[in-house]
Amino acid sequence: MANDDAARRAELVLLRKVRDRIDRDYAQPLDVDALARGAHLSAGHLSRAFKAAYGESPYSYLMTRRIERAMTLLRRGDLSVTDVCFAVGYGSLGTFSTRFTELVGMPPSAFRDLDAEALRGIPPCVTQRIGKPVRNREAGAHPLI
Amino acid sequence: MNLTIHQTYLPQDDPDAALRFYCDVLGFELRGDVGKGPMRWLTVGPPGQPGTSIVLTPPAVDPSISDDERRMIVDMMAKGTFGAINFATPSLDTTFAELEAAGVDIVQEPLDQPWGLRDCAVRDPAGNLVRIIQVR
Repeated sequence: MANDDAARRAELVLLRKVRDRIDRDYAQPLDVDALARGAHLSAGHLSRAFKAAYGESPYSYLMTRRIERAMTLLRRGDLSVTDVCFAVGYGSLGTFSTRFTELVGMPPSAFRDLDAEALRGIPPCVTQRIGKPVRNREAGAHPLI
Repeated sequence: MNLTIHQTYLPQDDPDAALRFYCDVLGFELRGDVGKGPMRWLTVGPPGQPGTSIVLTPPAVDPSISDDERRMIVDMMAKGTFGAINFATPSLDTTFAELEAAGVDIVQEPLDQPWGLRDCAVRDPAGNLVRIIQVR
């Protein structure tokens, strides 16, 4: 039992380091294979174990992280959708728009135009919390719009 | 009432690693060291702030905590979802460079947050999230 616990915890520490790397390097061209290599795990095992620990796959966590940052940057209002797309690590505007729309419920261009109106007068720290994308709410409406 | 924040607790699962991080890397003073082996309570704090300390404590040693609860707490520490603390510094970017050079696990590079703060985030060896905020 003690050995099982130690082995499980050692793997959880590895998974934590993968998640921290996604949080730090989300804007880099990361993929699950690169993350798995960095953790000396197979890609399949990493995906299954990460999902068991954190409730979503590393790929999904990375996408959520990028879209969350994209929402923040789009709210600023001074960056184009293309600027934001590349700033958060996407190499293709099409992929960015598809993933953004899946998670937020509208394309990034519509979010950029609408969000400034919807969130006017709300302090930014509150905006960040209530506007955070929630996994498994893909394609649902943005809560404020 | 006239209260100060005197001590707070963070869990540690490796006293020597905790000492290296808090004293050698962050430069905190060691103000107390009781117990032995893995069961050590380490009281640390920044030199300029003698009235406020962190007690680095073995996790879940309260006998009222059940085995299942203890297992969950230690697993959450390993996952990085249990403990957290925020520090502040007037020199965030220098501090971050020193942390990175020391090989600390980085979670977020210095970033201007939309709510107006600039901060970075790292892990301590026990998996606690250590966020460091720039004071202006």
